[in-house]
Amino acid sequence: MAISTTEITARPDTTVDTTARPSRNHFRFVKNRKAAIGLTVVVIYTIFAIIGPWIAPYDPSARGHDLVQGPSAKHWFGTTHLGQDVFSQVLVGARSVMFVGFTSAAIAVILSIVLGVTAGYLGGWIEEVLSAISNVFLVLPGLLLIIIITSSIQNAGDWLVALVIGITSWAYGARVLRAQTLSLRQRDYVEAARASGEKTWRIIGFEILPNLTAVIASSFVGTVIFAVMTEITLNFIGIGGGAEWSWGTILFWAQSQQALDQGAWWWFVPAGLAIAILGTALSMLNFGIDEFVNPRLRGVSGKKIRTRGGSTRMRVGFTPVVREDETLSEIPSARSAPTINLATKGGER
Amino acid sequence: MSSTTVAQQPVLEIKNLSVDYGYGPGSVRAVRDVSLTLHKGEVLGLAGESGSGKSTLAYGLTRLLPPPGVVRGGRVIYHPNNGDPYDVLSLDDRDLRAFRWAETSIVFQGAMNSLNPVHKVSTQMTDAIRAHDPGLSAEARQARARELLSMVGISEDRLEAYPHQLSGGMRQRVMIAMALALEPQVVIMDEPTTALDVVMQRQILGQLVELRERLGFSVLFITHDLSLLVEFSDRIAIMYGGRIIEEAKSADLYADSLHPYSDGLLHSFPALRGPRRELTGIPGSPPDLRNMPTGCSFHPRCPKAFEPCATEVPVLGTPVRLAAGNNGAAASTRSVACWLHEVRSH
Repeated sequence: MAISTTEITARPDTTVDTTARPSRNHFRFVKNRKAAIGLTVVVIYTIFAIIGPWIAPYDPSARGHDLVQGPSAKHWFGTTHLGQDVFSQVLVGARSVMFVGFTSAAIAVILSIVLGVTAGYLGGWIEEVLSAISNVFLVLPGLLLIIIITSSIQNAGDWLVALVIGITSWAYGARVLRAQTLSLRQRDYVEAARASGEKTWRIIGFEILPNLTAVIASSFVGTVIFAVMTEITLNFIGIGGGAEWSWGTILFWAQSQQALDQGAWWWFVPAGLAIAILGTALSMLNFGIDEFVNPRLRGVSGKKIRTRGGSTRMRVGFTPVVREDETLSEIPSARSAPTINLATKGGER
Repeated sequence: MSSTTVAQQPVLEIKNLSVDYGYGPGSVRAVRDVSLTLHKGEVLGLAGESGSGKSTLAYGLTRLLPPPGVVRGGRVIYHPNNGDPYDVLSLDDRDLRAFRWAETSIVFQGAMNSLNPVHKVSTQMTDAIRAHDPGLSAEARQARARELLSMVGISEDRLEAYPHQLSGGMRQRVMIAMALALEPQVVIMDEPTTALDVVMQRQILGQLVELRERLGFSVLFITHDLSLLVEFSDRIAIMYGGRIIEEAKSADLYADSLHPYSDGLLHSFPALRGPRRELTGIPGSPPDLRNMPTGCSFHPRCPKAFEPCATEVPVLGTPVRLAAGNNGAAASTRSVACWLHEVRSH
């Protein structure tokens, strides 16, 4: 037993190629296909939301001579009953949709974290009060409230719409966060942190919040979807915010001018498709975040592995067998399936 | 103890089994080319340090290894009670499902946490019986569950208890009872008693040995507690770095271990009887599976390492020295992979 531990660890070949590892983990989030697709689409939308009004070929409100024309080289998405360019409208409309969506989601998530986590962690009368408040907000019919507020205020801008949506839609997220925090509060590591005298804000910020990342992220993305839909709905029923053009406005005009009856599909399909794609992308981002944050979901389960003879899938409970170095012919066939008759087996006993 | 190994009829033959984690260039080879035979009615112990691949071997051969585990080669030939032997690794999903539990059952590490807390013990026990034998009546299932419980030494009125009303040892015994519910020929136990205290451990193992004699199943017992194996298993296989490095009857291994690693393991716990011996332990820590030492994977920690150890991998075989001596009978049942012992590979 002359070998010491240091001698063993000093062997040069035990140093694993540490240089290769960071590169493997660096872009792990983007390597997730769902997250990558979702993120790409959202980024593209964001870019269009920013530069849309500048790159739009026409003024979306400017009337032209081509009335209700189908897609052409001049008007990519066709024109409306006033000869307005639908492509420009979709481009310009992206800004208010994206702005309202993300701003109100940010407001709602911050509110739900502050109120939900506080209620869950502190307990006592604070929890009672905060729960009561969130219960009230939970039963408030958000859309109606938004309609009332925006219609009663002249020149309600995107900011106001975002603020109203944010303030009315945080309650659900707060409830979920509160429930999660309640269970996290009992965990040993939180108790240990409390016992060793950690400050409350540090326990919440360091021990509890990281565990809530998945919930927070998914509630953010969920609220974005909800806010986008609300913004579009408001504009569709004609009481939108300050922005002149939104996808809801396009749909409003398409509907009121009977675009469907006229067969003018180009009028509503682009905006509808834009909404659908944004919703899908946000959902995919949501799944991606879930898998990224929760290592248990990240598994390689279901991943295809390519072998020389074809490919198999990784599944729980059925470990793939990849025999490349052997001839399979020697193996006894699996045709003689095992008998599972208890009665006959019992008889042999 | 070794009285049951007269027939030497194989029931589970593992042939050149290799199991990787991951597939492709980055994969880790956790089990390499392992061959092992489990005979009828025998308790075969599989011992080794953490990370030596013993659990991976057990999960690999039952194809229960979760992703990214991949079986990279070898065969697991199962000899059913009646019928031709077949390769477990070639079974399709349906046959594999039927094979599990009915032919081979497995008791997991910390299995006592596998019970669902919201169902009664009886519900969980009869569930498995119903799944594999739908024809059986409800009363017959209940009777069978009662029989199983009393078999593992739990009073029958505990059948209506919820898991939280049972102690850890009782829960573990319930799991063992469930593993035996369909009268499998092979029971794989992956450290089934690690979480229990020694008294409970002894009680459960005693019951297991007794049941084995009564029902005639074979046990593949995985543990890092070699003292446990020496006491109640018939044969012991020692794993290191994903390979089997020594295999022998437990008495032979205890009396005269050939591989320096087995020797180190055996000198890591005190004997209750017999002459006092010095506890030495094994220096260093298990090898990194991603970066195995060349040659014998144990050589960096081996006190007896010499020239060929660092460069060439020793093969598992029957030691020639013992075969030539008057100890021929014992030698035929043991094998070792070490350059210190000249072997006849088989």
